Amino acid sequence: MKYLLQRIAFYLFTMWAAITLNFFIPRMIPGDPVQAMIARFQGQMSTQAVASLYVLFGLDKKQSIWADYRGYWIQLFHGDLGLSFTFFPAPVSQVLAQSLPWTVALVGVTTLLSFMIGTMLGVFAGWRRGSWVDGLLPATTFLSSIPYFWLGLIAIALLAGPGSFFPSSGGYDPGLVPAFDGYFIPSAIRHSLLPALTILVSSVSGWILSMRNMMVTVASEDYITVAHAKGLSEKRVMFGYAARNALLPNVSGFALALGFIVGGTLLVEIVFSYPGLGYQLFQAVGAKDYPLMQGIFLIITLSVLLANLLADVAYLALDPRTRKEG
Amino acid sequence: MKDPVLEIRDLNVDYGLGDQAVHAVRDVSLTLHRGEVLGLAGESGSGKSTLAYGLTRLLPPPGVIRGGQVIYHPAAGPAYDVMALSHAELRAFRWAETSIVFQGAMNSLNPVYKVSTQLLDVIRAHEPRMPASARLARARELLRLVGIAADRMDSYPHQLSGGMRQRVMIGMALALEPQIVIMDEPTTALDVVMQRQILRQLIELRERLGFSVLFITHDLSLLVEFSDRIAIMYGGRIVEEAPAPALYRDSLHPYSDGLLHSFPALRGERRELTGIPGSPPDLRNMPTGCSFHPRCSKAFEPCPDRVPVLGHPRTPDGRTRTVACWLHPATG
Repeated sequence: MKYLLQRIAFYLFTMWAAITLNFFIPRMIPGDPVQAMIARFQGQMSTQAVASLYVLFGLDKKQSIWADYRGYWIQLFHGDLGLSFTFFPAPVSQVLAQSLPWTVALVGVTTLLSFMIGTMLGVFAGWRRGSWVDGLLPATTFLSSIPYFWLGLIAIALLAGPGSFFPSSGGYDPGLVPAFDGYFIPSAIRHSLLPALTILVSSVSGWILSMRNMMVTVASEDYITVAHAKGLSEKRVMFGYAARNALLPNVSGFALALGFIVGGTLLVEIVFSYPGLGYQLFQAVGAKDYPLMQGIFLIITLSVLLANLLADVAYLALDPRTRKEG
Repeated sequence: MKDPVLEIRDLNVDYGLGDQAVHAVRDVSLTLHRGEVLGLAGESGSGKSTLAYGLTRLLPPPGVIRGGQVIYHPAAGPAYDVMALSHAELRAFRWAETSIVFQGAMNSLNPVYKVSTQLLDVIRAHEPRMPASARLARARELLRLVGIAADRMDSYPHQLSGGMRQRVMIGMALALEPQIVIMDEPTTALDVVMQRQILRQLIELRERLGFSVLFITHDLSLLVEFSDRIAIMYGGRIVEEAPAPALYRDSLHPYSDGLLHSFPALRGERRELTGIPGSPPDLRNMPTGCSFHPRCSKAFEPCPDRVPVLGHPRTPDGRTRTVACWLHPATG
């Protein structure tokens, strides 16, 4: 318990550092949001409009950067991340709230599936070397060496198109209103199939390979021989003794993968024009939408930290050697 | 002579197949009697551990049993050949009839399970109908038997010292009251004091519970002290087998003699330590004839050409011992 509290304190510190960097970095970039706006409107703005924009963005007061910093924290605690330029005048928090569920549902579910399928196959491949699962390895390794987005482009070119079951872009049919009903949900699932498949195919082999190699390593441990000598059933030795120990490094890998869910599949979302966070980030970068970028970076940072915390907790639960008894 | 409990007949174990195969155990015949401690000694690579893994069919690939029989005599019922058992029968045979305490004492326990889980799962695997409370009581009793407090049940292996872990393994080996306990260098990783303590305890338990022990070690001094009979292995073969006192007093095979003179006695008169010149033979390229002849100071004319057969020597106690050496040709 004490160990966990220490970890949490460490993560709080890291969070503070990340948020602070997130505050200072955009302010080191030359120019300010109003200049960016003026550039967007190609100078066709009246002086009054410029002045009111300065007031709107809170840049009229000549206060110190420390006062700004304090204000930033206060705003953050109120969930206020500023206004998005691209979706002006929608607040950033609202844009994030709209796009985050798409990414979490698509990439979260596929990452989880990929981990579970890959680990399971890895257990069998490592336990029975030379079986058909082992023969699968070169094929999956080949697929994993293809970048996500390229696989996505191929999938669109081959499977999507006019009259095809698979839509080539978007998160749902354009005519529908997002709601939990019989029209929207099937449409959303149909739209997510291709991107999900793309991610799954290219990420599953990593799990297979690492789990297989750990299984091979663990299978030569003394306690596996002892388990066989004890006359335990094959299933018990394979899962309870071998896989249970081989799983440990994969768990931390999985937690890291969870952290990269939000930011990691940017390209897939771009290829499929999927309304998730990655696509939003792409648009924000294109439009120099600093508040939105900042908001997305914040979400990515927080999710990586949260995933790490989860990994720590999972490790405490799975490996008694990491527990420090007080 | 007492009843046999395990008869190894002409066991051959190879590593690999075909021409490249290494013959690690060659035509080994050995009998373990009920209630006795049979010591098996030899240098590294002499095939002692391979023999232990082979007779329980635990050999990791590429180990292959090329031939031979291992006849097991259960406490009740007819004898059967372990080599002919099906997978299910073998699983039932393991641990319930023959348990093993392994070389790697430190790594024999699964690091992620509590001691209790590992004691209970072997009992559950073999006696699924035993009620959970009885299993738990049995596990506690086993720990008490090897001198570990019952509150250690909920410890994880990393919380125990090396000696305690090995005691847990010995306790676990006795969980199903097997007829035979094979000890494969069980105390190698422990210090000398702990070695003796654990072995004393083991011998005490054997007297109380009546199981037989096949004790494998390279430390002949331990065997002289703790075993009833000793078999010496060299290059995959048994070269001498005799009651422990007889072997200690006058070993017949020059190799046994060399082994005996390579460690100091704790008590008794001082003697010169000699050791054995040379190094153990390469199993892929064994010398012709007696495999020990290149290192033997007493080698003579037949040694490089013909393999000596294990047989009873022409000594007064010849009926109780066997040796494979041209100095003591078999009486047939």
